[in-house]
Amino acid sequence: MLEGFFVELKSRGVPVSLTEWMTLQDALDRDLAHSSLEAFYYLARSVLVKSETFFDRYDRAFQSFFKGIESREEMVDKIMEAMERLPPEDFEALARKAGLDEKSLEEVLKNFREQFEEGHFKDHFGGSKAIGRGGTSTQGAFGYNPAGVRIGQGYGRHRSAIQVAEMRKFRNYDPDLVLDTRQLRVALNRLRRLLPRGPKDELDLDTTIDETCRNAGELELVFTAPRRNTVKLLLLMDAGGSMTPYSRLVSRLFSAARSQFQDLKYYYFHNCIYDDVWTNMQNSEEMSTEDLLRTYGSEYKVVLVGDANMAPSELLDRNGAISYFYMNETPGIWWLYRIATRFPAAVWLNPEPARYWLHSITIPIVSRVFPMFPLTLSGLDDAIQTLLTTQRPRIRAEEIKSFVEKRRHPFGRSW
Amino acid sequence: MEKEFTGTDNYITSGPLREVVNASVVLGRPLLVKGEPGTGKTLLATAIAENLGMPLIRWFIKSTTKAKDGLYVYDTVQRLHDSRFSDHDVTDIENYIRMGPLGEAFATPEQAVLLIDEVDKADLEFPNDLLNELDEMSFYIYETQKTVRAQHRPAVIITSNNEKELPDAFLRRCLFHFIEFPDERMMQDIVRVHHPDIQENLMNAVMRQFYWIRNMDELRKKPSTSELIDWVQVLMEGGVDPAELSRRVPFLGVLMKKEHDVEFLREQLVQ
Repeated sequence: MLEGFFVELKSRGVPVSLTEWMTLQDALDRDLAHSSLEAFYYLARSVLVKSETFFDRYDRAFQSFFKGIESREEMVDKIMEAMERLPPEDFEALARKAGLDEKSLEEVLKNFREQFEEGHFKDHFGGSKAIGRGGTSTQGAFGYNPAGVRIGQGYGRHRSAIQVAEMRKFRNYDPDLVLDTRQLRVALNRLRRLLPRGPKDELDLDTTIDETCRNAGELELVFTAPRRNTVKLLLLMDAGGSMTPYSRLVSRLFSAARSQFQDLKYYYFHNCIYDDVWTNMQNSEEMSTEDLLRTYGSEYKVVLVGDANMAPSELLDRNGAISYFYMNETPGIWWLYRIATRFPAAVWLNPEPARYWLHSITIPIVSRVFPMFPLTLSGLDDAIQTLLTTQRPRIRAEEIKSFVEKRRHPFGRSW
Repeated sequence: MEKEFTGTDNYITSGPLREVVNASVVLGRPLLVKGEPGTGKTLLATAIAENLGMPLIRWFIKSTTKAKDGLYVYDTVQRLHDSRFSDHDVTDIENYIRMGPLGEAFATPEQAVLLIDEVDKADLEFPNDLLNELDEMSFYIYETQKTVRAQHRPAVIITSNNEKELPDAFLRRCLFHFIEFPDERMMQDIVRVHHPDIQENLMNAVMRQFYWIRNMDELRKKPSTSELIDWVQVLMEGGVDPAELSRRVPFLGVLMKKEHDVEFLREQLVQ
C-alpha cells in the first residue's frame, strides 16, 4: 500500500533508507499521525527527509501519490470504490466487523456510506494503523479516518496536506536552483579549509595540562600547528552584455565569496579573456592578463563566471574581441588555456542552464578548457569538489591549435 | 503519551513542529532542527522542558568540542592538586569523573531534555562519534570501568545552522524539522508576546516594511525575528508615527547589521 509512496520518493531522488521507512511504520503504529493526512504529511517528512533541499521533491511525491484523496467526500468515494472490488468473503468479514448484517451488497454499501457520512467507524476501519498497513484494500485511503480529521489543531490556516504540498514552499531550496547569498555562502564555505599549517609551534595548553597531570606532575609539553584558512580564491567574472540577465545572480555570488574568503582577488572580463582584465569595468581600470598570471601563484583556486556563449570569432580569432577598439594579438582561447595551465585548480561556472550548453558553439570548446558547472547550488557544490581535488589541465595545446587553425569543433560540428 | 508538547505562552510554535516534537519524544529519537538564524531553534528546547516539566541540559558545541566531552571528563588537574593535601581521598578516581551534558542527561533520575546546540560547528566526525551512545543510551567510563546507562531516554534536540553537512548515518537516526521563517500572521503573534500593547496600525506598517525588506535577495544578512522585536521596541519608545513608516525606515541600524545592506536599502528607498 504505502510502499508505493516509498518508491515514489525514491524515484524522485529523495534519499530514503529502509531504516527510516521502518521508523515511519513504528510511528504510525503508535498513532502519531492521528489518522490525519496532514499530520501524516509532516510526520513522514520529519522521519524520511533529512534536508530541506529535498522538501520540494517530497512535496511533489506526496502530491502525486495522495492526490485525489484529500477531502472527506473523496475519501469516502475511494473507500466505496475499493470496497466494491473486494472479494466477497473479505467484504462479509468487514461488514460483520462493522456490526452490519444487511443481506444485499447494495444495502451494505448504502449503509456504509451513510455511516461514513455521519462519522461512525472511528476505530473499526483499519483505523489509524491503516495508513500504510492493515486494511484489505489496495487503497492507502483505507486508513484515513474521515471522522478523525482534526481541524483547527494548530495547523492554523486549515490547509489540507495536499494543499500544503501544492504550495511547494521549498521549491527554492531544491539543489538544482540557486537562492540567496546565505546559501551561496554556506556552499562556498565548504571550500574553506582550516588545516593545521606550518611548524608545530603553538602550545596546546589543554593537552599539556592533561598530559602533565596524568604524568603525576612531571611536565609534559604538547605542541600543535596552528589552524589556518589556506584557501586563496581568484574570481574572474564576465561582465559582458549577454550576462545582464544574470547580473543579480553573479553579484550575489560575489557578495557571498567576499564575505567568506579573506584572500579573494577578483577581475572582470568582457565575453572572453584577452590581453587585459579589468579591476573596474566602469572606469576601465585594467591589468594585463600577463601580469595576472605572474602575480598569482598556482596555489590560487580560480573560479570563472560567465556564459561562455559568444561568436566563435571572439574566442578563436586574433582581434576577435567584441569591442571594436580593442585589439587582441592572441585569440581568447589561448589566454584561457594559459590560465588553465597556470592554475591547476580552476572551474568555470555558467549561469546559463546546462540544457542549452550543447546548442552553443563556444560553450563546448570552453568546457574543454575548464571543467564547467551550472551556477546552481548543486553545480557550485560539484565545482567546489573539483577545486578541492586539484586537477591537471585537461586539455593539450594541440587540441587548442586544432580549434584555432583547423576550426575543429569538439563534437565535430562546423560553423 | 502522558504529556504532549503544546508550546508555551512565550514560545509560539506551529502545529507541525509540535507534532514532530511529540513524535520524537515518543519514538525516542533525537530531533534535528534547522532553520534560519532567529527562528527560535535553541529556544525550542527551553520551551519543551518548561512545557513538559523536565529538566533542561544544554550542550553548546564549539569548533573544538569533542564527542567525549559530552560524556564525561576526568579531572586530572583537580586530582593532582588534591594529592598535595591530605584532606581528600585521591585514590578513588570516581571523585574526579565529571559528567558532561550527555552523561548528565543519562544519569538524571527523571527524563530530561538535552539540547545539543549548533552541532555543525564541531568537527565533521563529531556526530558519528555520538551514534553509539545515542543508540544505546549508555556509555562506558574507562577510568572507573563503569557503565552509565540512561534510566529514561532523554528528549534530544539538536540544532544546526547548515554550515557543514551532517553524516548520513547520523541523519538516519534523527527526525528532522525545518523551522520556516514565520509568516506574517504568526509573526504578529510573536511580536504581541513581546509587545502586548502594540497598536494595530503600527503593527501593520511594521509588518509591511519588515517583509518588504526580507524579500530582498541582495541583502547579506536578512533581519530576523529578534531584530524585528528590537525594532518594534525602538519604534514604540521613539513614538514614531506609523504613517511615516511607508516613506522611510527609521532606526535602520536596529534592523540591519551590515553596512552594505544599510546602503543598499537606502538606495532602494530613494527610488
